[in-house]
Amino acid sequence: MTLALIVLLPFLGSLCAAFLPANARNAEAWLAGVCALACTVLTLGLYPQIADDGVVRFVLPWLGQAGLAFSLRMDGFAWLFTLLVSLMGTLVVIYARYYLSPEDPVPRFFSFLLAFTGSMLGIVLSGNLVQLAIFWELTSFSSFMLIAYWYHRVDARHGARMALTVTAAGGFCLLAGVIMLGTMAGSFELDQVLAAAEAVQSHPWYPVMLVLVLLGALTKSAQFPFQFWLPHAMAAPTPVSAYLHSATMVKAGVFLLARLWPVLAGTDLWFAVVCGAGLASLLIGAAAALFQRDMKGVLAYSTVSHLGLITLLLGMNSRLALVAAVFHMMNHATFKATLFMAAGIVDHEAGTRDLRRLSGLAHAMPITATVAVVAAAAMAGVPLLNGFLSKEMFFAETIFAGDGLLLRVGLPAIATMAGAFSVAYSLRLIHQVFYGPLAQDLPRVPHEPTRWMLLPSMLLVAACLLVGIFPARTIGPVLALAVQSILGAETPPYSLVVWHGFTVPFLMSAIAFAGGIGLYLLRWFYGQRATGGAPLRAPFDGRRVFDIVIVVLHRVAERMVRFASSRRLQLQLLMMISMAFAVGAIPIATHGLARGAAGLTPVDPVYALVWIVGCVCAVGAAVQAKFHRLAALIMLGGAGLFTSLTFAWFSAPDLALTQVAVEVVTLVLLLLGLRWLPRRLDLDDPDRRTRRARLRRARDLALAVIVGAGLAALSFAVLTHAPVEGLAQFFVEHALPKGGGRNVVNVILVDFRGFDTLGEITVVSIVALTVYALLRRFRPAPESIDVPRAQRASIAESGIRAFNPGELLPGGDLRIPAVLVRLLLPMAGLVAVYLLLRGHDAPGGGFVGGLVMATAFITQYMVSGAQWVEWRMRVHPQYWVALGLTAAGGAGLLAWAAGRPFLASLGADVTLPLVGPVHLASVLLFDVGVYLVVIGATSLMLVSLAHQSFRSARESFARDGAGG
Amino acid sequence: MNMGSLVALAAWFASACFGLAMCLATWRLIRGPAAQDRVLGLDTLYVNAMAMLLAYGLRVGSGAWFEIALLIALFGFVGSVALAKFLLRGEVIEP
Repeated sequence: MTLALIVLLPFLGSLCAAFLPANARNAEAWLAGVCALACTVLTLGLYPQIADDGVVRFVLPWLGQAGLAFSLRMDGFAWLFTLLVSLMGTLVVIYARYYLSPEDPVPRFFSFLLAFTGSMLGIVLSGNLVQLAIFWELTSFSSFMLIAYWYHRVDARHGARMALTVTAAGGFCLLAGVIMLGTMAGSFELDQVLAAAEAVQSHPWYPVMLVLVLLGALTKSAQFPFQFWLPHAMAAPTPVSAYLHSATMVKAGVFLLARLWPVLAGTDLWFAVVCGAGLASLLIGAAAALFQRDMKGVLAYSTVSHLGLITLLLGMNSRLALVAAVFHMMNHATFKATLFMAAGIVDHEAGTRDLRRLSGLAHAMPITATVAVVAAAAMAGVPLLNGFLSKEMFFAETIFAGDGLLLRVGLPAIATMAGAFSVAYSLRLIHQVFYGPLAQDLPRVPHEPTRWMLLPSMLLVAACLLVGIFPARTIGPVLALAVQSILGAETPPYSLVVWHGFTVPFLMSAIAFAGGIGLYLLRWFYGQRATGGAPLRAPFDGRRVFDIVIVVLHRVAERMVRFASSRRLQLQLLMMISMAFAVGAIPIATHGLARGAAGLTPVDPVYALVWIVGCVCAVGAAVQAKFHRLAALIMLGGAGLFTSLTFAWFSAPDLALTQVAVEVVTLVLLLLGLRWLPRRLDLDDPDRRTRRARLRRARDLALAVIVGAGLAALSFAVLTHAPVEGLAQFFVEHALPKGGGRNVVNVILVDFRGFDTLGEITVVSIVALTVYALLRRFRPAPESIDVPRAQRASIAESGIRAFNPGELLPGGDLRIPAVLVRLLLPMAGLVAVYLLLRGHDAPGGGFVGGLVMATAFITQYMVSGAQWVEWRMRVHPQYWVALGLTAAGGAGLLAWAAGRPFLASLGADVTLPLVGPVHLASVLLFDVGVYLVVIGATSLMLVSLAHQSFRSARESFARDGAGG
Repeated sequence: MNMGSLVALAAWFASACFGLAMCLATWRLIRGPAAQDRVLGLDTLYVNAMAMLLAYGLRVGSGAWFEIALLIALFGFVGSVALAKFLLRGEVIEP
């Protein structure tokens, strides 16, 4: 339970943080800090249990069929990482409170920071591989949002996109990899997977799986060849860099490698890939760090290098190397976060991070300088600091890593070289920023920051010192616990002491120091004119490759779009219809289209007459569509009416009702839109009479006729075959006994397929709100802004445009319709409720009822004008939509209260006073929800379209006023 | 000839007449010439469709078509009001 709380708490905090006001800096910091601190305390409280039992678990059943459970698992290693994430989170929150300026929107920052903390804790504590991959993606996402925090900056957007593309693509590979791994091991649970090393490594697909998992891990940890995203992620605020991009998130990759070490490591492929990537990153990162101008750039490349060191250790297939890797993960987190915080302080107080401009800051900010010096010394591996211990272990491991002369000599040599680079860039960072004469032309006058901003880095530096001087007494037991939880009984003996004597590793350290100082002195002489790019960097420039890949992808996509589509509507329609025809014609050409055995119904002459008239209307609408919009619209109304009659004739009353309602609402909608369309320009198009144009039209007509005839033949063939036994039969049989309704259509909509309907009304609501939002920004064509011609005469006569809301009835032509329509409102309401209530047993239902009600409202608008209606009655369509969704969702949730699955129908027969016996069912509440959503969405769309006249009225008044 | 078959015959005759009326209304709808003629044509179509459904209900002896006829009446009116308003004032909903 505590485990669930540790993961859940940051997410809850994130949700709360998102809703605090934009300037609540202190409240946000307190909220985030308390969440992170609570996680720390909870983790610390679990220590005795971990030390005694080894593993703490929490399992919640989830998708049992797929073998998935929400499972949390904490052993020694996970405990160590949980502590790291939550403790570092607490410190970073304190730091960020003073780092962010008052103009920055804090809720977004802390909300995503907490979301990241939760996702990272989720990765660390996941006991299930698939669940781990989900949290993995969540960290990529929150990292994206945090890098793009200052999204007005180009580099922030670009860096965020690059980081997301690389890490999310890696996460996708990881998901594929863990699914393969879980299949090989027979379970996605970490316990079983860790125990199935032999089965996994002997599997024929092991190499593919390994490469996929490694792609995930290496992209996340910014390892070669994916190291390029990390330096660009430095556009993020410094607290984010300190927390995500040095201490925790980039550690997720190496965490996963260590986590799966027992099951994946030990093979030659593992050695080759992991060691190769680690070695390359170690060297490239260290070399590139030497040539950076930006303080954070140095730190970013140094992070790549140190993560490379950890990866290299993990790839060595040696248990002692694993110990060193886990140890270095912790050490790197402490000193690198400190250095980032120091860089942030320098940036904050001096106004720049450019190494060429900064100088002598130790005079202005002695405490910051001390802190940074100690942390940089730890990074360089100076004795009596924690970095020294893990580096010695690393050097010792390189000596024994491989067989063969190349590995025996080459690996230690490269390690020493990387050590020398590390010394050199640490030295450069400290010497250039803090020593020498105090820089004079800085954007701000540097001074020491507030004590609270320094506190986190001071605590971390204290940890560096303590671990460096008393390793066995501070980190010793915890490290032992962590390593034992990975290696179990096979944990090798190792010693955590500061002084091992004059050994080969010590000699390597000494060479590294001498070499590093030498390198720095060399650089000191020519480095004054360095341009920031490292020499020999071009072949390793992942950013260029990334950009090229993105550009090529765009081009290919564009070319495909251009190939498959056209900007001209006629051509596009031609392509679509030809394609649809081809898709339908191929199977018919191969299998033939046989008429079924069912007999034909006798022709009713009256119906045949009606149907022909309907066809004439439809064709007329198509002919007039381009030349006479209103006539086409009216004919479309006729065609719709005949469709509805057809439905009624063939005993589909529900469809007929809905068709009539939809038809008229569409008519009103199109008429509302028609007012804003500019008049058709009757240009004498010379193109119309050419032979080519005639041929084109003939071709289009032929295609239309062929496709239409094909569709008719197809439906005829389908209808003459006997219906296939299946769903239809099931619905008819079970509607009354299981759904409690006699109207099968309605029972399907609200019960059998209730979840679909819930989705549909949600979509309808979204569409309505989108239409509303889009129309707020609508700018009509200039020639349509004017008052319609038909009204000008009456306006000129009376001098007013709108119908006065104070009057009871409009005058003139609209007086009688107004009376009728107002009488209609209660009648329509009655019909609507009647259709709604009886829908379960007879034709009707929430959808038709809602349309009737909405139409009644809209009719009021039509006869009386928007102002008159809204002066007396605010419809508030948004509230209807919200209420409807709540009712429909609530009806679904009601079933949970009764212990049934979501949206299951509950019913009871009750006798109400005055009404008599009634069957009350939760599906009725659901249908009421549909009803309300339909009313709200329909009136929202129509009314917001109608409101356009308001604005244009104001505009033309203003113009007339100015003119006259 | 008993009453039932007389009613059926009358209903059939009525439907045929309504069908004929619909043909004529559609003629007006297609031909125009003025937009007002077309709107009237559509309104007549709606009225006849409603009547035809009721006659059909009489023929098969069922009340199931009554609601559809009711809604056709309601929505036919609304459609005609909207079209009339558009012709009269140039926009369906005035400010």
